[in-house]
Amino acid sequence: MTGALLTIITDNWWDIRDLSNLSGAIRDLVSDAGGPGWLVYVVAGLLGAAGIVTFVGVTAIINIWIERRVVGRMQSRLGPNRPGPVGLLQPLADAIKLMQKEVLQPKLADALVFTAAPIAFTVPGIAVLAVVPWGRNMTLASLDAGIVFIFAMSSLAALAVFIGGYGSNNKYALFGSMRVIAMLVTYEIPIVMSLLGIAMFAGTMNLDGIVRFQEDHWLFLIMLQPLAFVIYFMSSSAELNRTPADLAEAESEIAGGYHVEYSGMKFGLYYAAELINCVTVSAIIATLFLGGWWAYKLDEIVPGWMIYIGKVYAVYFLFIWTRGTLPRFRIDQLLAFAWKWMTPMALVNVLMVAAEVLIWEETGWSAGVLLPIYVVLNNALALALIVAWVRVFAPRFERFPDRPRFYSTIDVPSLPAVAPVQPGTQSQ
Amino acid sequence: MIDDAGVVVAFWVIAVSTVVCALMVAAVRNLVHAVLFLALTFVGVAGIYIVLAADFVALVQVLIYAGAVGVLMTFAIMLTPAADRRNSETIFQAPAAVLAGLVLAIVTFVAYDTEWRISGRDAFPATAASLGEAFLKPYVVPFEVVSVLLMTAMIGAIVLTREEGDDV
Repeated sequence: MTGALLTIITDNWWDIRDLSNLSGAIRDLVSDAGGPGWLVYVVAGLLGAAGIVTFVGVTAIINIWIERRVVGRMQSRLGPNRPGPVGLLQPLADAIKLMQKEVLQPKLADALVFTAAPIAFTVPGIAVLAVVPWGRNMTLASLDAGIVFIFAMSSLAALAVFIGGYGSNNKYALFGSMRVIAMLVTYEIPIVMSLLGIAMFAGTMNLDGIVRFQEDHWLFLIMLQPLAFVIYFMSSSAELNRTPADLAEAESEIAGGYHVEYSGMKFGLYYAAELINCVTVSAIIATLFLGGWWAYKLDEIVPGWMIYIGKVYAVYFLFIWTRGTLPRFRIDQLLAFAWKWMTPMALVNVLMVAAEVLIWEETGWSAGVLLPIYVVLNNALALALIVAWVRVFAPRFERFPDRPRFYSTIDVPSLPAVAPVQPGTQSQ
Repeated sequence: MIDDAGVVVAFWVIAVSTVVCALMVAAVRNLVHAVLFLALTFVGVAGIYIVLAADFVALVQVLIYAGAVGVLMTFAIMLTPAADRRNSETIFQAPAAVLAGLVLAIVTFVAYDTEWRISGRDAFPATAASLGEAFLKPYVVPFEVVSVLLMTAMIGAIVLTREEGDDV
């Protein structure tokens, strides 16, 4: 037994933490002991799941601090800085506060649905992390239809949001959830279409295969698919319900969104789920567009999972950046943006990729010649389309508008004449 | 592979929970609860597909049925007045139960009576790729016909919901 464990750590210094070697060693141990074959899958699955849940738990705690500190820095303030060194214990204090709070539930709320909603909202975001490769041979479930798995999980979020709003028995919660569902359904289209280009170039929907494609051809797919990256980043930041697109919450008109009735740890779960979903989307972007655990020659000296987590946090920083600096959109602006810009651009991107892959396959030219041409071509196209859209369709900037913006004529009802109040005379 | 203890346990756990959820769809009186149980049933069916090593079909089942159809049905119910109140008794309850029982009996009888042919080969290694090949090579015409049908349905929905004076 010790012999088998020793072989794990002889290869590389980080291999003790490598899921594939660990599960390989467990398989050897089990088969040496004459155990059944399925036990290996159970043990390896449990180990991988425990690893992912641990990662998710730790990031959900750390990210509260990171996000508040970074946004604070961007907005010229300090952020949490009292508990612990540089405010590091703030997430713990928040968690303790949330746990101590009374869990309120509206009297007429649908108790079962009300309780199930935060759980149903959290699970899909964590489940997506099962198909992403954390390192070489380090995937919990290397699904052939990995991208479809991502779509399937994100489509479950709509139902979870709905039952959260419905179960609260509060019309503002239902408004919030309906707004979020409208956005989720709308932005699902550009998201699917932008990832279609990735799958077409890589020739596979397996996330391992996509990382291997980037390794084989010595490039990150963001170079080949800049337009898809822009579309996916914007659409997913809308789906994440974060500040440039936080439709659910608007304290002045529609109260606190679909979780307005939640308090205590149930609200805490919603809050954590939003952070987890953000990390999940960052992980997807890091895998599909930024090469996953592969980074040119770097992955030979640094463990792949460290590179990968570094990339995930780089993308996460982009999300914090947009949150900290951009103003929020109105719902009609956001939906019109999806239908009038995102979807057509994603269609153009899909056609472009289809033509390029067809040329690649039919001519049989080597990837070393064609892919650099495609990189230049696609970057130029993306830049041209974005600039053209801004020039042609975006409204002109006006410091002092000289005409009504939304209505050409507004009928202002004339006010009834009021006699001016004389100073000194007291009206009854 | 299919006789492995893990697969057998997974099949029975998924099958029993799916059937229980399906029964709850008919048993609960609150329509929204019924739709939620229906979504759980869809997820359970996807689990059975996974046990059968058809991962792509399973994921599409979750994506389309549990995700899209579930949301569609909740919207339909939200547009129905007083749908989430307790449904009243109807006189069709007993006949419907008899009919459903008959259908179940027939399906069970056929399933037991048929001589199932067991093919010797293993499951397809990658169902997504072979499905894509099948759609775009031998079955491209039916595939295109279905796309045109969906397009027609979509245009029809737009035409039906457009109001008379709309010039947008």
